[in-house]
Amino acid sequence: MPQDAQAVIRVRGLVTRFGAQTVHDGLDLVVREHEIFGIVGGSGTGKSVLLRTILGLRQPDGGTVEIFGRDMQSLSRSGRETLVRSYGVTFQNGALISSLTVAQNIQLPLRENFALSEHTLDLLTGLNLALVGLPPDAAAKFPAQLSGGMVKRAALARALSLEPRLLFLDEPTSGLDPISAAAFDQLLLYLHTQLQLTVVMVTHDLDTLFRTCNRVGVLVDGRMVSDTLEGILSNPHPWIHEYFHGARARGAELETHG
Amino acid sequence: MTAPLDLDGERRSWRLRLHGDWSLAAMAQIEDSLAGLPELHGALSCDWSGAESPGIGPTWALLARLAAIGAADLNVTHVGGPPRHLELLRKLAPPGEMSPIDGRDAPQGIEGIADRLGHWSIAQGRAARAATGFFGRVVAVCGEALTRLRALRVPSLVRHLYETGVTAIPIVALIAFLISVIVAYLGAQQLARFGADIFVVDLVTISVLREMGVLLTAIIVAGRSGSAFAAEIGVMQLNDEIDALRAMGMNPIELLVLPRILALVIAMPLLTILADAMGLAGGGLLAALQLDIPWTEFFNRLHEALSPTTFWSGMIKAPVFAVLIGMVGTYRGMQVRESARELGRLTTVAVVQSIFLVILADALFAVLYVKIDF
Repeated sequence: MPQDAQAVIRVRGLVTRFGAQTVHDGLDLVVREHEIFGIVGGSGTGKSVLLRTILGLRQPDGGTVEIFGRDMQSLSRSGRETLVRSYGVTFQNGALISSLTVAQNIQLPLRENFALSEHTLDLLTGLNLALVGLPPDAAAKFPAQLSGGMVKRAALARALSLEPRLLFLDEPTSGLDPISAAAFDQLLLYLHTQLQLTVVMVTHDLDTLFRTCNRVGVLVDGRMVSDTLEGILSNPHPWIHEYFHGARARGAELETHG
Repeated sequence: MTAPLDLDGERRSWRLRLHGDWSLAAMAQIEDSLAGLPELHGALSCDWSGAESPGIGPTWALLARLAAIGAADLNVTHVGGPPRHLELLRKLAPPGEMSPIDGRDAPQGIEGIADRLGHWSIAQGRAARAATGFFGRVVAVCGEALTRLRALRVPSLVRHLYETGVTAIPIVALIAFLISVIVAYLGAQQLARFGADIFVVDLVTISVLREMGVLLTAIIVAGRSGSAFAAEIGVMQLNDEIDALRAMGMNPIELLVLPRILALVIAMPLLTILADAMGLAGGGLLAALQLDIPWTEFFNRLHEALSPTTFWSGMIKAPVFAVLIGMVGTYRGMQVRESARELGRLTTVAVVQSIFLVILADALFAVLYVKIDF
């Protein structure tokens, strides 16, 4: 693929159906290296389903999904496991394992994939906590003892523990107060530049979108309209216009560009 | 495979060369080599030019080790194209030892035993008080429901009656039938030695009506419904649904606990009647097929064997067992906090404890019946 050599994710002609209802109808998407790509769309347009399909948790009803140039569905079991280890994911509610401490959650993928000493595991746990800005005493806490913002950070720490080049975030700032959300945006930008990450995030938070994303993909009519932020803002599609120029959008826009 | 690093130099001028795979995959070897570095003084130049795809974790481990061995005075410079994340890691809190993650240091020896015993006693006392409180609240809500019909939650009651009662019919019937056949079969072999085959009827009727019908039903119901109560309420607790109900001014005991317990109190006696009938049928069938005791004779003998109280002595226990099972199941469900593991543990506790309490109560009934000659 000479014309798009740095494409990290390439989705072609994706079709998703639930019974008679077609959610994605020939959806195309390209995410390039080192960009923060935001996915937005109305409720029920299949944002989370798209994310799950890209992650290989759901088989597409049509079309192909490639990550780092490899198609999840055509890979062997071991090839698939290697591919899965090359990206990190945070789920909307954190999805930390509730019976394990934060430290054990972070160590879980490390223990599964490498034979490391306890000392090394503790060292790496400390690193990941420090990267996401959690205090060391959060390590011994259980997920239920954490605040919403800390859960999001702990989930990010777990997603980073295998040092992925690609990060998927599902609603990373939902349920956070504006200050915590802004801090999360800062953290994300910081990690993005320092660790050379490619980030794909599903979000409804326009502030986050304006502050962090290089490009935005909007799910409308079963397809994806992707463009730079400026391009999307001037898109004439009525839903996109309403989304980015509605009452709630104006404030976020003013704050960032005004 | 070559070592990922080697050190040369002398006295106060050192050179650390990194080579080979420095990604997270090689972490174990890197950690081993780092542990072999001696304490250093002076200046160290760290050469990254040979390191392939340096990872964040290994870099962090290197910085931590350099900080440890050069604590006194070591001036580290990074040359040969260090990874971009090096600056980030150097800015983070200096990597020190992590505090141990679990294992609070508990006192040892006699002191430790006393410490644990004390904590255990306090925990048990609190648990007893909480259980009593729960029982009290259920009774209070139950009393309220007698005067205010809406508190009875009839639709919910009907649903639970269906789930705990109607759907339990096949398994209760089958097990009561089979157990009774087994008892009759084994009993007949023993009694035949004395030529007292006909007493099989007495054996089956009395054991089924007084004990086995109700006890088997209780154990099946504890396994089916006790666990379901604990799991359902536990998941609601995990989803904050119980708190949501409270916040909307509804009483979760009235809404969730009472209908379940009442449904059991209604269903258990009915299931017991079914178990009794199936047990007698099983005994009768075996007597007819195996012992050549015809149906008519079986029923004649049955009438002689029964005293007026036999049926009721079993039946009275049914609602008591139902309350025990319902209380334990719902109480354990309400106790679920925080994690999926808690849910599993408390569901198990609910079943084990309700079966234990049912058998304990059965023993007390047995003693009571002997005392009052019932």
